[in-house]
Amino acid sequence: MRRLPLLLLAVGAVIPLLVRSEYVIGTLTLIYFFAFVGQGWNILGGYAGQFSFGHALFFGIGAYTSSLLFVKAGLTPWVGMWCGAALAVLAGLLTGHLSFRFGLRGAYFALIMLAFAEIFRVAATNLDWVGGSFGILVPLRGHAPALFQFGDKRYFYYIILLMLAGATYGVRRLESSKLGYQMAAIRENESAAEGLGVNAYRVKLTAMALSAGLTARGGSFYAQYFSYVDPAIGFGPTNSIEILLRPIIGGAGTVWGPLLGSFLLGGLGEGTRGLVKSYAGVHLMIYGVILMAAVVFLPHGVMGWLRRRGVRG
Amino acid sequence: MSASVVLSSLANGVMLGGLYALVALGLTLIFGVMKIINFAHGALMMWAMYASFWLAKLGGVDPYLSLAVTLPVGFAAGYAIQRAVITPVLEAPEHNQLLMTLGLALFLENLALLAFKADPRTLLVSYSQASVSLGPILLSLPRLLAFAGALAVTLLLFLFLKFTDLGKALRAAAEERDGAALVGIPVRRVYAVAFGIGTACVTAAGAMAVPFFYVSPEVGNTLVITAFVVVVLGGMGSFAGALAGGLLVGVVESLGGLFVHGSLAQIGIFALFILVLLFKPSGLLGAPSA
Amino acid sequence: MAALEVRGVSKHFGGLRALSGIDLRLGDAEILGLIGPNGAGKTTLFSVISGFLRPDAGSVHLDGRELLGLRPHQICRLGLARTFQIVQPFPHLSVVDNVMIGAFNRRSDGRRARQQALDVLARTGLGPVADRPAHVLPIGLRKRLELARALATEPRILLLDEVMAGLNPAEVEATVAIIRAIRASGIAILVIEHVMAAVMGLSDRIAVLHHGELIAEGSPAEVARDPKVVAAYLGEPFLAA
Repeated sequence: MRRLPLLLLAVGAVIPLLVRSEYVIGTLTLIYFFAFVGQGWNILGGYAGQFSFGHALFFGIGAYTSSLLFVKAGLTPWVGMWCGAALAVLAGLLTGHLSFRFGLRGAYFALIMLAFAEIFRVAATNLDWVGGSFGILVPLRGHAPALFQFGDKRYFYYIILLMLAGATYGVRRLESSKLGYQMAAIRENESAAEGLGVNAYRVKLTAMALSAGLTARGGSFYAQYFSYVDPAIGFGPTNSIEILLRPIIGGAGTVWGPLLGSFLLGGLGEGTRGLVKSYAGVHLMIYGVILMAAVVFLPHGVMGWLRRRGVRG
Repeated sequence: MSASVVLSSLANGVMLGGLYALVALGLTLIFGVMKIINFAHGALMMWAMYASFWLAKLGGVDPYLSLAVTLPVGFAAGYAIQRAVITPVLEAPEHNQLLMTLGLALFLENLALLAFKADPRTLLVSYSQASVSLGPILLSLPRLLAFAGALAVTLLLFLFLKFTDLGKALRAAAEERDGAALVGIPVRRVYAVAFGIGTACVTAAGAMAVPFFYVSPEVGNTLVITAFVVVVLGGMGSFAGALAGGLLVGVVESLGGLFVHGSLAQIGIFALFILVLLFKPSGLLGAPSA
Repeated sequence: MAALEVRGVSKHFGGLRALSGIDLRLGDAEILGLIGPNGAGKTTLFSVISGFLRPDAGSVHLDGRELLGLRPHQICRLGLARTFQIVQPFPHLSVVDNVMIGAFNRRSDGRRARQQALDVLARTGLGPVADRPAHVLPIGLRKRLELARALATEPRILLLDEVMAGLNPAEVEATVAIIRAIRASGIAILVIEHVMAAVMGLSDRIAVLHHGELIAEGSPAEVARDPKVVAAYLGEPFLAA
């Protein structure tokens, strides 16, 4: 099992050499992408136990920052992505400071994050400078690797594969570190953790920063991949839900939960898209049912179910 | 800007606030009794709106009269949802309860999208544009009716909880679940009744909104977020708070619309929401926070 | 200088006076038993000392350093750890992981924290259940885990809140032996306990709280003879102990 990450990475790297289908590559790219942003949510929601219903806030900041810097200042999204991550970390520290200083927990924390994201959505809708309700089209420059634009979608595939591998490796390291243990302690019982020397405020804030930065980079990738972002795609509540869905289904607070959840939902989404092609939203309807079923039958996600059956990972 | 414009806007804000209060009443009732935040509340309202809309459009039934059908159906739906969806997570961690209602909301909303398509629809009834003048103030008739409906429902709920046996059982179950069960109150059935009533409230809100509010699969999404704001402002679980919070939000939105462009007034509401969550999570009218 | 010095601590909740003007001193490597009928204010005093509650008046010093105003994690860092009367394990973490959280109080390296946790588990007899999730332990072992976690923070002072309540006589005996061994390693201990025989045999001194006031303090023999104490316990199985 210890070699599993490298094995997966190798398999992932080989797939485009064997499979030519753009459809397969595109589907896998999105599966990796959702696993990546899910991993971002997982750090705060899964490990530290702070359920955010507004992670679109960070996603949107990432997508808007890299796109705006490119459109307005010609800055390559390779750099813009990190600017977006930095801004998202700042936003995370600010929202986190307010929420945690005032002791918001559980549903109240979920709701305040939703409200922060909504403020950004409404603001983005109303500010013409950032494209208003129409959003931002990233101007296409053909095959321009230096500008994060590619003539072949397989480049995006490899980029998100590497980003995901990095995030998975990082979370694996985090899990067995002091910070990871302290995050788990806060999730399980915050006051007991404080009594054992855990600075809950600082640990939660750190989790928020890591989570925000990762999610924002996912947002930048999305904007480059689709060359487009608008207020609802970026900051909307549906996006917040999409972000948390996969780690929850796969197993929140586990390294492989987001990837597993993303594969399950991704496979399913593609399957149903074939069945009911013309209807938008069908996949979300099914996700709703899956979410309800998971809460009842798999309260710790698929990973929790596997662990109960003795699978370690 | 003349004083009468401001006054009319203020008055219409109060009326709109009545609608918000009605949406929030069901939410706050369910929270007060079960400590569950029902994310599907807006989706249920959206379905109620479609029900009244189609009854009017296809059956020629006036939206207010459609309540005779939709209210019992709404109650039954709420009762069934509680039994089938909420009961299994009553003992689950809070976040799993949230996810459960979130899943339900996703399902209901996208089912509507599948059934009715995304386009917003508006119902034109003879009195959609009717207004009542009160001195210099011009009041929209449907909004006035929604406001009156909100007051009536609040009063009815209050009387129900205070004076009927079922209402008393509900309050007992809200305060002390195990204690209520010990003295023989069928807590699960009482909970289902609470969810049924909460859904009936939002059904009423749906019918009363249809004459002046667009219908779309996403409308519930917008309204439920506003309803969260209202409930938190008024104090989770408080009826009087829901009414006051609804009025406040309605007025802020209506007056804000006069001064700032587009939906920017919503930012003020969300900011207010955040401030209340931070500084007085028990709500503006709630007990002082510890 | 006393390791822990509580001076004039008062705390009320609404109209209820939970603590009034409590003075207590805990010497180096001393075991001080804190007893009193239910509702006497014992756990409230623990919560004040460990930073979970702010008193209305008074001061708490650890090695001459004021603790009031510090957060619980800062107090733990300074060398004071507590257990909770109602056990508060991290339910889904394994026993050894539970103890590692405490061990991280003094070190950052995961491997060292694990080693420290395993040492503590061996000292407290929890070695055999190290890999079990905490929530499956029976109450006796959960109480032991509470103690092990606090010990792993390497405190100078340990506050134990009823770590023997609900245990069978054999378990009580084992816990008494563990507490003695902890004291022998130089740690001062303040114990709240309802198991009278155990606390009387274990403590160097006993302090008695009643209705938020300190009504007696002295050696176990002195306290047992004190008429005020006997009166306070009237109707409770104190004399039988």
